[in-house]
Amino acid sequence: MKRSKPRLAVFKFASCDGCQLTLLDCEDELLAVAGQVDIAYFPEASRAMAPGPYDLALVEGSITTPHDAERILQVRRRARVLVTIGACATAGGIQALRNFADVAEYARAVYPRPEYLETLAWSTPVSSHVPVDLELRGCPIDKGQLLEVISAYLAGRRPNLRRTSVCTECKARGTTCLLVAGGVPCLGPVTQAGCGALCPSYDRGCYGCFGPAESPNPPALAGRLAELGRGPDEVERLFRTFNAWAEAFRGGGRPA
Amino acid sequence: MTRARRIKVDMLARVEGEGGLTVRLKDGRVRELRLDIFEPPRFFEGFLRGRHFREVPDITARICGICPVAYQMSSCHALEAAAGVRVTGPLRDLRRLLYCGEWIESHALHVFLLHAPDFLGYDDAIGMAADHGAVVQKGLRLKKLGNAIVAKLGGREIHPINVCVGGFYRVPRRQELVAFVPELEWAREAAYRTVRWAAGLDFPDFSRDTEFVALRHPDEYPMNEGRLVSSRGLDIDVAEFEAHVVEEQVPYSNALHAAIRGRGAYACGPLARYNLNFDRLSPGARAAAAEAGLPVPCTNPFMSIVVRGVELLCAVEEALRLIAAYTEPDAPRVEVPVPEGTGHGCTEAPRGILYHRYRVGPDGLVREARIVPPTAQNQRSIEEDLLELVPRVADLPLEEATLRCEQAIRNYDPCISCATHFLRLRLERE
Repeated sequence: MKRSKPRLAVFKFASCDGCQLTLLDCEDELLAVAGQVDIAYFPEASRAMAPGPYDLALVEGSITTPHDAERILQVRRRARVLVTIGACATAGGIQALRNFADVAEYARAVYPRPEYLETLAWSTPVSSHVPVDLELRGCPIDKGQLLEVISAYLAGRRPNLRRTSVCTECKARGTTCLLVAGGVPCLGPVTQAGCGALCPSYDRGCYGCFGPAESPNPPALAGRLAELGRGPDEVERLFRTFNAWAEAFRGGGRPA
Repeated sequence: MTRARRIKVDMLARVEGEGGLTVRLKDGRVRELRLDIFEPPRFFEGFLRGRHFREVPDITARICGICPVAYQMSSCHALEAAAGVRVTGPLRDLRRLLYCGEWIESHALHVFLLHAPDFLGYDDAIGMAADHGAVVQKGLRLKKLGNAIVAKLGGREIHPINVCVGGFYRVPRRQELVAFVPELEWAREAAYRTVRWAAGLDFPDFSRDTEFVALRHPDEYPMNEGRLVSSRGLDIDVAEFEAHVVEEQVPYSNALHAAIRGRGAYACGPLARYNLNFDRLSPGARAAAAEAGLPVPCTNPFMSIVVRGVELLCAVEEALRLIAAYTEPDAPRVEVPVPEGTGHGCTEAPRGILYHRYRVGPDGLVREARIVPPTAQNQRSIEEDLLELVPRVADLPLEEATLRCEQAIRNYDPCISCATHFLRLRLERE
């Protein structure tokens, strides 16, 4: 007996499109994935847009407009399993920098007719609006992790995602610690693994794409950076970039 | 007899970002035409202020997941211009190679996965793969190669981490690049065949007289550097961009669109580059275009799929040339002092010219940023194409007319995610 294939949907909110592009970047696996699931709604890739309900919904982007705050409720109602993908959807993204500023002033700086815009003062993660079944971190997400989530879903098991810090990945690949050996500012000790410690392998400090690791200690790291002569403004900016609104990073290195 | 019709696309598919189209027709005449952008604004130019200039390329990359390299390149060039620093030699070549990777990846994505389904009558490339498996497989393999080049030089395909003001954090060893040669040799043949294949597609007889704008460089097909030139005599330094490009209000909407001062709409992107730089294409690309019978200039935007094929081949040949000539530089980057003052940068994103301007204070913090992405510049051209096209397709069955309009928009490979942060568009929802 043939079972009908699970229906996959990809939704976008405020974002750069990069995380959903990661699915199209699975060049070797894309057609195989398409054979296992029914891609019911994925406007970036297809004109065919089938109505819900969907078995698995991948949601990219943060909530920044009144319209989107409504739309995410509808998406949740139509999705059996909802997975948020990327720093925008899981933490509000780079656009959450507005949360520390006056959005009306931003609008005036960028748009000559700001009154035409419909925007919220906050950029918030999807989980601030609806229950989320799984969060996939990263700016952008990692291709391997995305395939792991889809495979795990298809196999009916829990995905194997590491919640340790980037430091463990540096140790695993044998990269010399930039922070200890070179005094380079690095968010590795407080950032969740998943990228394979990419930046340190290219001789630069981690800038926190994957958001806070489990039980991070940002004040301890901020203290060390201060000892290395980094000013408080620089330390604050380091924490407040792509996952600025993640709870552990929100304080800019100060206790949350 | 009066006939009122309405073409409505609630959600444009196979474009990057979210937009829609509304056309109202009465008696075969367009009463209203609106490209709606409901992609929410993200205010990059707002929050770039107060950030350190060295953070800028990492931040602007996040404007677009499809062409992050373009944002990084325009940012770096603008900030280096403000500092009076020029990046030359192998570092310059590596940047060009990185850009080749992005062009290959982005053009392969658009040609095979986003645009081809329009010509062959499918909703998407996955449906197309059932009947045209070899074509889709070839597109994916080309795309994978482009991504692999970006990942080698940039650390990863989307939002590369290895680009900085002044150059790179780490540069590749020669043998790391030479390893790409066999696949690039395959790609040269594949891209050549792509041009032939694309030229054999069915094109509507359509052409519109417009001003084409692109960079032009003394001896190479433009990517990172050049003067801004146009098919109607514009020839300026990129620093003069804002003196020549204005944003005008158009009668049928409250949108302000980029236009050349005193002249009007213009188009940038593959067609513009090809028309203005045919003589700078790599020899193989030039020959392939000629063999395929592609005219110069090419003024049919539907044929942009062929021109993207030609540029795909050009980028592959350039990559081969750059790798053959590569010698490892002594240092991964040039030291760039605080670029106090104002700097301008303009590079050729896959979709067209991407202009950046920054003003930086003595503390190295950005005071002001301005970014004009290609889709914001092409938006008016897209609408003008539609204004001409719609009356001609008005008598077709609605589904067919709608599809033709969508295809006309996809001719520009629009990236609405990029454009939104800057489009001066009124949000109207029905």
